[in-house]
Amino acid sequence: MMKRLLPHPALSIMLLIVWLLMANTVTVGGVLLGTVFGLVLPKFTEPFWPDRPRVRFGRALLGYCVIVLFDIVVANFQVARLILFRRNRDLRSRWLVVPIALRTPEAVTVLAATISLTPGTVSSDVSADGRSLLVHALDVGDEAAEITRIKTRYEARLQRIFA
Amino acid sequence: MSTLVDIIVVALVLLGATFVLIGSWGLVRLPSTMERLHGPTKATTLGLGSLLLASVVYFQGRLGIWTAHELLIALFLFITAPISANMIAKVHLHRRRIGAIEEPDGIAGPPPRPAGEGDWATFEAPEKDTQASTANS
Repeated sequence: MMKRLLPHPALSIMLLIVWLLMANTVTVGGVLLGTVFGLVLPKFTEPFWPDRPRVRFGRALLGYCVIVLFDIVVANFQVARLILFRRNRDLRSRWLVVPIALRTPEAVTVLAATISLTPGTVSSDVSADGRSLLVHALDVGDEAAEITRIKTRYEARLQRIFA
Repeated sequence: MSTLVDIIVVALVLLGATFVLIGSWGLVRLPSTMERLHGPTKATTLGLGSLLLASVVYFQGRLGIWTAHELLIALFLFITAPISANMIAKVHLHRRRIGAIEEPDGIAGPPPRPAGEGDWATFEAPEKDTQASTANS
């Protein structure tokens, strides 16, 4: 019953918060309208998103966000340095095939988005069997080390969050 | 007090503008499509982040109101930036395969194939009766 009425509880709460942030004030009317959106939108979009991902909202998720934000800042300085000071012929661009142990579509999506936002890497595609990611790296010295870094720094943490 | 606010706002705006400029410069200067993709997806996230932070500091310091819209802009940016990069990369892979690209492969060379059977998902049409989700496979 609860599952039929609220297919994605986290999405419902998220929609309410986004609505209130958009209005920039908390009023009774705003909360009511946000709640209506939170109830109606997940219901209408349910056919596109049939499964409910099991996410642990806790310290692991918070720690992951902090690490990713920190890496984004570092990534910006690294990429800026490469753009400004590295000559094209010294740039060591490589394709990486990263084997992934994550299985749920939501977890793979978060990993791919993280890779795109952090140091010198853009995720380009996932393999048809869902077992590897195609990643383009702007400048890598050691390909195996870069793949290990992605797996230990991001994937291992995501495995604990999407458990 | 208001001088301090001004200094912070000016510093953040300058930092943001610098990063956005560097990102755009990367778009012009890097050798091929896949390398060029790195400039706008990354150098601009911090650039825009600084500009948004400057906006928050300005409205709080000068007008005394907290605004949450900057937080939303940052959220939507973080959701959409990887998706648009992914779409451009996929189009590049397709155009490469059908030979529609005149420029030579970038420094990285041609993209490798995935380990094991099959190809990258963008080249494979979903089979008939494929489940909408792979959650339990």
